[in-house]
Amino acid sequence: MSTAKIELRGVTHDFVTGEGQLFRALDNVGFSVSPGRFISLIGPSGCGKSTIFNAIAGLQTPSAGSIIIDGREVTGMIGLVGYMLQKDLLFPWRTVLDNVVLGMEIRGVKVREAREYARPFLARYGLGGFEDQYPAALSGGMRQRAALLRTLLFDSEIILLDEPFGALDAQTRARMQEWLLQIWSDFGKTVIFVTHDVEEAVYLSDEIYVMAARPGRIRARLDVPLARPRPRHITLEPAFARMKERCLALLDEEALTRGDAPPLGAQAPSAEPALAIEPPPPSAQRLSTPGLAA
Amino acid sequence: MNTPVTTSLAQTPLPVSAAKPLLQARAARRLPQERRWSTPVIVLAQCALLIGGVLAWELSARQGWIDSFFWSQPSKIQEVLMVFFTQGDAWIDISFTFRATLAGFIIGTTLGTLIGLSFWWSGNYAAIVQPFIVCFESIPKLALAPLIILVFGIGLPSKIAIGVALTVVVSALTTFAGVKSVDRDLERLMYALGASRWQVFCKLVVPSVLPWGISVLRVNIGLALTGSIVGEFISSQHGLGRAILYAGQTYEIALVWVAVLVLSTLSILMYVAVAHIERVLMKHVKR
Repeated sequence: MSTAKIELRGVTHDFVTGEGQLFRALDNVGFSVSPGRFISLIGPSGCGKSTIFNAIAGLQTPSAGSIIIDGREVTGMIGLVGYMLQKDLLFPWRTVLDNVVLGMEIRGVKVREAREYARPFLARYGLGGFEDQYPAALSGGMRQRAALLRTLLFDSEIILLDEPFGALDAQTRARMQEWLLQIWSDFGKTVIFVTHDVEEAVYLSDEIYVMAARPGRIRARLDVPLARPRPRHITLEPAFARMKERCLALLDEEALTRGDAPPLGAQAPSAEPALAIEPPPPSAQRLSTPGLAA
Repeated sequence: MNTPVTTSLAQTPLPVSAAKPLLQARAARRLPQERRWSTPVIVLAQCALLIGGVLAWELSARQGWIDSFFWSQPSKIQEVLMVFFTQGDAWIDISFTFRATLAGFIIGTTLGTLIGLSFWWSGNYAAIVQPFIVCFESIPKLALAPLIILVFGIGLPSKIAIGVALTVVVSALTTFAGVKSVDRDLERLMYALGASRWQVFCKLVVPSVLPWGISVLRVNIGLALTGSIVGEFISSQHGLGRAILYAGQTYEIALVWVAVLVLSTLSILMYVAVAHIERVLMKHVKR
């Protein structure tokens, strides 16, 4: 167990809803990630991906279970992992450079030194010439780059990426994925990635955890048997397609048992759960846990 | 040709042509557009209006259409203006009112901003104190002015105190609104990076609340001026407010106009200065 970079043990989280009922957001989630691995969590909305991230980042203490980083129990501790969301969360009154050094600044590095340290990284990773611009002047892709660099230069060995490219257009998104893989191999960080996009998950990850909702739990763990480095055209290969299909099948099955989505056809590659357009069949009741608001 | 629109929308196709007899023949017309005059023309029109108004005033006073005892007249006002500046206390009064206003403005705004920011530190403290602040806001502070004069005396401090009373609440409430609007996600991001509360306060709360604090400056300079004038009305030895009151009580209507004119000029100058400061600050603060 000591080889794992980060490990979750029996993480369970209950919310009290507005009506005073107990709602189980996470049920006994456990996994461990070896150093330098890239893993993805995929699953429908409400499967507790964000709760997992909040728990790892220390922003929310789970009701039960523990988070272990480098063999040390760190449940409820902040400042140990880099964290990045779909929103770039750049400070509008700081220049790109000053945004990127925020993590270092919080850790007590002098601003001047932090800037000198960060400058070459900006130049190297496609933000050269934009150091002194304000975020408002940047495109969505550029802003996400800046946000990711900030996360990286915070210098934690684990980074959590919560749908970082979700708001980008398809082309920018593809470029950002390659850019992320480049950075990941340069820095050798352990990455936990959340996405709705199955293709993205397969393209980027070493392992994929398929999650289920209500309560949020891990349904399956899949190894991605694709060699690295992965050129873009790998997405056209049969092995890739098979992997994608397996993920989709698992998600599809999950959506069907919950009964709030029509069967996904071959033409629907979205992991996004469909809207509840049919009332849930009685079988859905069977799956709900006792504590769940029915 | 009444079509039952409400029933069975899906089944029977609506006769689209049915509505046609209800419509009149199509009338095409041009987009209404005003031709804008150039700036010099506008300024010229403004000057003409002003000069015309003053001339009409002078003329009506001379012709006896209005009672010049109550309304005075521009030529007389100009005379008194000269006397006020050459022989009177003009500069003493201006300086007194100016100092009272500036001090009230700075102290009130700073204090209010600090109070507003302090609410960020504790939700409990904010919840306890907030009703009192709102209560204090709803009191007509000028009604307290006689009390303030009694406590602080008839000199400068009482004028400053009234200005502070007027501005402090506005600043505090506006800043508090700013504190409440601090982006929760940015706050979470900072905590995720391991920031302390002090770091979040300095690097996130203060910069995001600054535009709110700055936006209230123009309102506050006006309030501070009102405060010092009211203070001078009630009891004072100097100031433009006292000059107005004194002139009114002695029926020197021209002097009332002169003092009002000087006061307006002072007010406009301070407003313009603060608006300029605000613009400069905003440029540095908000992107």
